[in-house]
Amino acid sequence: MSLFFGVVIAIGWIFSGAYGNPSILYFAVFFSILMNVVGYWFSDKIALALHHAKPVEMKSNPELYRILENLSITAGLPMPKFYLIQDPAPNAFATGRNPKNASVAVTTGLLEKLERSELEGVLAHELSHIGNRDMLVSTVAVVLVGFVSIVADMFMRSMWFGGMSNDDDRGKAGGFLVIIGILLSILAPIFASLIHLAISRRREFLADASGALLTRYPEGLASALGKIASYGRPIRTATNATAHLFFENPFGADRDGDGIPDHKQKTPWIVKIFSTHPPIEERIKILKNLKV
Amino acid sequence: MRTTYIILFMIGLVILWLIWMYNSLIRKRNRVDEAWSDIEVQLKRRYDLIPNVMETVKGYASHEQGVFQKVTEARTQAMGAKNAHEQAAAENVLSNTLKTLFAVAENYPDLKANANFLDLQRELADTENKIQSARRFFNSTILDYNSYIQSFPTNIMASVFGFGKKEFFDLEDNHPAQEPVKVSF
Repeated sequence: MSLFFGVVIAIGWIFSGAYGNPSILYFAVFFSILMNVVGYWFSDKIALALHHAKPVEMKSNPELYRILENLSITAGLPMPKFYLIQDPAPNAFATGRNPKNASVAVTTGLLEKLERSELEGVLAHELSHIGNRDMLVSTVAVVLVGFVSIVADMFMRSMWFGGMSNDDDRGKAGGFLVIIGILLSILAPIFASLIHLAISRRREFLADASGALLTRYPEGLASALGKIASYGRPIRTATNATAHLFFENPFGADRDGDGIPDHKQKTPWIVKIFSTHPPIEERIKILKNLKV
Repeated sequence: MRTTYIILFMIGLVILWLIWMYNSLIRKRNRVDEAWSDIEVQLKRRYDLIPNVMETVKGYASHEQGVFQKVTEARTQAMGAKNAHEQAAAENVLSNTLKTLFAVAENYPDLKANANFLDLQRELADTENKIQSARRFFNSTILDYNSYIQSFPTNIMASVFGFGKKEFFDLEDNHPAQEPVKVSF
């Protein structure tokens, strides 16, 4: 979503520069903010439809249903809608604009591979996302950075305008500021995605911690993460559009394709800053050190 | 003139801050009350299930009068509890008498095979899990409320308006999280 946002603003910026008309950029920013807000409002329906999720009923699967029901009581949240995705890759996600309109989805692979305590850990993590309002946080982050880029653009234009009216006074400092302004406008969309991704990673750590507080058993979540990390293949329906929603990166453990699962290697910083989720080994390490 | 405005502005800020503090106190207290009503919902569910369980057991083991009487007494006691402390004690007694009831049921193979009885047993076990969940949520809101009214400067506001410390709801917890139950799907 933030990538889309960045691209739209970048295109808007290039066009508005080419035609010398700022309204194109403002339109682009407005359009992408609108898309984000619409995405935020309908995120649950979009994500569930994309992954062909089927509802979990109390009658058909009481054990599973009750785990989530009891965890919601512990978290003091209304019971979210509960969905199952037919997919062998173990993963889960939570979405929805507020606790009353929230959904939690798990894959069939997750149910097959995890013990009850591990499953509780994963579901508690997802419930914490709902309780911490992470969908809202992420949307607000994107919209805020959007405004930053508008302000940066206005700043640059006003400087050009001012610079032209008294050309003679324009010294070295003016030229320097113009260069900074141009750089800022180019970098704004990139910063937009980076800040959004950084926030997304922070919120994953936070959800891990609050999830552990719900079950009082961080080892369950840690061992679930270990199992998920060792499963190499991606979710069949994985797309960038919903990647940030998932419990763990849905593209599989071996993202660089060298045959060694990523969690056995040290993650390079450039990969880190462009990821929606923190490195799994870091998440496990933090959980193992938690005392609840 | 200017200093008067600044002073007025400062006083306004302080008043706003006090209002905010008072409202937080009210909000946190209401959350505690709401969490308590969540526990009551689950407790009520248990009280409603118990007569059904007893009826089923009576059908097979009608001469175990002593156990039935104990459960009925414990249930009445728990339903009449006046405060959280009393409630917790009564619930613990009730849980123990129920354990005795199920231990008695173990002696009757026909009863153990009864589908209705198994259903009720599962329902009751689920309700007990839910009571524990609701209790943990209640205690987390209590922790939040108590630390708020005891920390400076809200403790002054709390004592002025009579916000007292609240008690945790302690049930005998069999620590389900520390000994994970193995259930396969």
